[in-house]
Amino acid sequence: MTTISLKNRIPAKISGSLQQLFAFGSLIVILVFFSFASPYFFTTSNLVGILMAATVTGILALGTTFVIIAGGIDLSIGTGMILCGVMTGVFQTYWGWPVWAGVLGAVLFGGLIGFVNGFNISVLGIPPFIATLGMMLVASGLSLVISGTKPIYFKEHPEFQLLMNYSVIPGMRFPLGVLIFLILIVVAAVILAKTILGRYAYSIGSNEAATELSGVNVAKWKIIIYSMAGLFVGIAGVLAASRLSSAQPVGGMGLELEAIAAVVIGGTSLQGGKGSIVGTMIGALIVAVLTNGLRVTAVPQEWQSVVVGCVILVAVYMDILRRKRA
Amino acid sequence: MVSDSLIGAALLEVRGASKSYPGVQALDAMHLDLRHGEVHAVVGENGAGKSTLMKLLSGIDRPDSGEFFLDGQPYTPTNPRHALELGISIIHQELNLMPDLTVAQNIFIGREPRAAGIFLSDRELNRRTRELLERLGLPLKPDDLVGDLTVARQQMVEIAKALSYNARVLIMDEPTAALNETEVQTLFGLIRRFVTPDTGVIYISHRMHELSQISDRVTILRDGRYIDTLDTASSTIAQVISLMVGRAINADQRPRAATGSGDPVLSVKGLNTKALVREVSFEVRKGEILGFAGLMGAGRTEVARALVGADRKNGGTVAVHGREVSISNPADAAKAGIGYLSEDRKRYGILLGRSVRDNVVLASLPKFANSLGFMQDNNVGRAARDFVSKLRIRTPSAGQLVQNLSGGNQQKTVVAKWLIRDCDILIFDEPTRGIDVGAKDEIYALLDELAAEGKAIIMISSDLPEILRMSHRIAVMCQGRLTAILDNADATQENIMHHATRFSAEGTVTT
Repeated sequence: MTTISLKNRIPAKISGSLQQLFAFGSLIVILVFFSFASPYFFTTSNLVGILMAATVTGILALGTTFVIIAGGIDLSIGTGMILCGVMTGVFQTYWGWPVWAGVLGAVLFGGLIGFVNGFNISVLGIPPFIATLGMMLVASGLSLVISGTKPIYFKEHPEFQLLMNYSVIPGMRFPLGVLIFLILIVVAAVILAKTILGRYAYSIGSNEAATELSGVNVAKWKIIIYSMAGLFVGIAGVLAASRLSSAQPVGGMGLELEAIAAVVIGGTSLQGGKGSIVGTMIGALIVAVLTNGLRVTAVPQEWQSVVVGCVILVAVYMDILRRKRA
Repeated sequence: MVSDSLIGAALLEVRGASKSYPGVQALDAMHLDLRHGEVHAVVGENGAGKSTLMKLLSGIDRPDSGEFFLDGQPYTPTNPRHALELGISIIHQELNLMPDLTVAQNIFIGREPRAAGIFLSDRELNRRTRELLERLGLPLKPDDLVGDLTVARQQMVEIAKALSYNARVLIMDEPTAALNETEVQTLFGLIRRFVTPDTGVIYISHRMHELSQISDRVTILRDGRYIDTLDTASSTIAQVISLMVGRAINADQRPRAATGSGDPVLSVKGLNTKALVREVSFEVRKGEILGFAGLMGAGRTEVARALVGADRKNGGTVAVHGREVSISNPADAAKAGIGYLSEDRKRYGILLGRSVRDNVVLASLPKFANSLGFMQDNNVGRAARDFVSKLRIRTPSAGQLVQNLSGGNQQKTVVAKWLIRDCDILIFDEPTRGIDVGAKDEIYALLDELAAEGKAIIMISSDLPEILRMSHRIAVMCQGRLTAILDNADATQENIMHHATRFSAEGTVTT
């Protein structure tokens, strides 16, 4: 009776991973290119350096992947991360908490930022873009107010910097921070692919109204998703502070866009409902490798964001082409 | 043949048009001749090739082979704009209007009258629109916002827009899909006024009962092929349907013996909503299908949405199995065992971009997760496969994306979602809207089966034959109130319509 055309028989899984395959292929091409372009590029220390550079934005991108798959956006992660760094400084240096409590407190503080975002979006009904734009400015301002616009140094806890910088493999510079990043990738991938939270993120992103009418408490799950993204923000903030062994109250703006760029290059749709952690990580690596490679091959710094911008445009256009054909 | 030569060349003729898309032969040697002054119906199940034909006639796609003639001259539209200029206007099933613009702005979009060649002239725009609306006898105001109009009136805007191009051929795709009986009659009046010896209408529809009212001839398509053209006056609905589906279907049935002797499963007392619904009380028994009839806007969907907590109630109680339940959101309703299947499947029913598997378990995810929140995908897969075969959902696998399924199979997917959730009470809102004739019968059979299994079913429908065929009892609504509950044996199209129009516009009873 009903003719099902050939293309419909291609299982969703294959066509969904095409974009990932493409992104992964691009990553390999870029790696090979820079390896030939500069003898300093494909060295262990440079590759670890790339991973270190990717750690903070990468962790931000992990949480953001959930938010974007659920059809939302979070612009507050960049300055929110700075604020979490300041908070761990406040806890450890001003209030004299032990390192573990200071770290835990800052991570939970990130969760609180996310919770407020989620509450504003799903209970008060403020559009995600506006709600998190507001939070971005609030966090940026609070960092300055709380720190008195000065960096906070971890004078009482010099060991705090080990969290990011401790070398886990003897004789080689492989920092603990990068290991934490790798573990978080696995954790995020498992949550997204294997748990009820991940399943609801995809459902809400594909059709929020239908999910709600199916008896799912969408408001609750959106708060959970934003709160979880906030926890990732907290972790990123702590690691950034540990790396410099000081909490810098300035900056962070623009980091959220870098994280969103990584998510989008990895094939996650800004309309929600589609995406994966693997894709996001490939996206984050593409951005980090490009930035590093351009620096190692002595391309002037002002050109780097031009290239990254073009990569985003090409990646998203490829995705649109793929969808048209599908 | 004699009459043909008297009339001369056809107004619009399709000769041997074929079109294939990757993997499908969508149209195969299609024929159609629209005579001057004729309303020509085109019928066929989904996938029969109707929309492909429309795409070719409007210049969206080009045929692989075959020719079109307009008044005997070759007609080769290159795009929809070009087709419009040549006098062929198409009104698609999905209305293409901008809700935030006025009626006049919508009608003249892309060719707004200018003042001094630069500035838009609202006065001129509204004047021309008023002229047009008066000429067509449409009860619309040029400066009404389209978003504030009912679907029926929005459709009038589309028609006015199409006719403002001085169309000679008007092609309408399922124009009555969202209209009630009265609105359909208004539309037919418009069509009859439009048809002159110089113009013609191609009328695509699923609703068999309309053909005899409006069309002169009917062309039947099946599987992309031309089957036959009949004079409407001398053919029966059963004849047309059997040509369409290639087998006979009984078009006027009544339900099997009433099974509604069981205990009331759902009792609703004094339900109100802020906007429309007033003091609605009814019961649905085990194994019963309670039909909800009424005109568009009578408040049937509003009752359903308030009942499941999608919209806010303004008083009234709901009891399930005799125990009062408090329902303030759809999650509460699902917990109480009430599942709602929306009239707007794509918006409120399914996740188009997700698989059949993800869709059928959506309402029951906690049941398929362990205490740590990890999904037990083996159980999910097994449940999905079970219900795909139980409900005969035609899909290559449970992993198929729902957007690749036909309307009927999408509807079954939504049914499966609520069955997996173990709902005793199912509310079907327009269960066969946008579903072709053959698949409708399967949905009907499914509803019968569900009732026989002891589910309590509410079926909202604007299609009176469907109401009469399926419901054991029929609740009729008019302007937010329940005006009658009829036993099927006592119900006729006439007395349902009587109760559905009991109140005049002022809200008084006009018996």
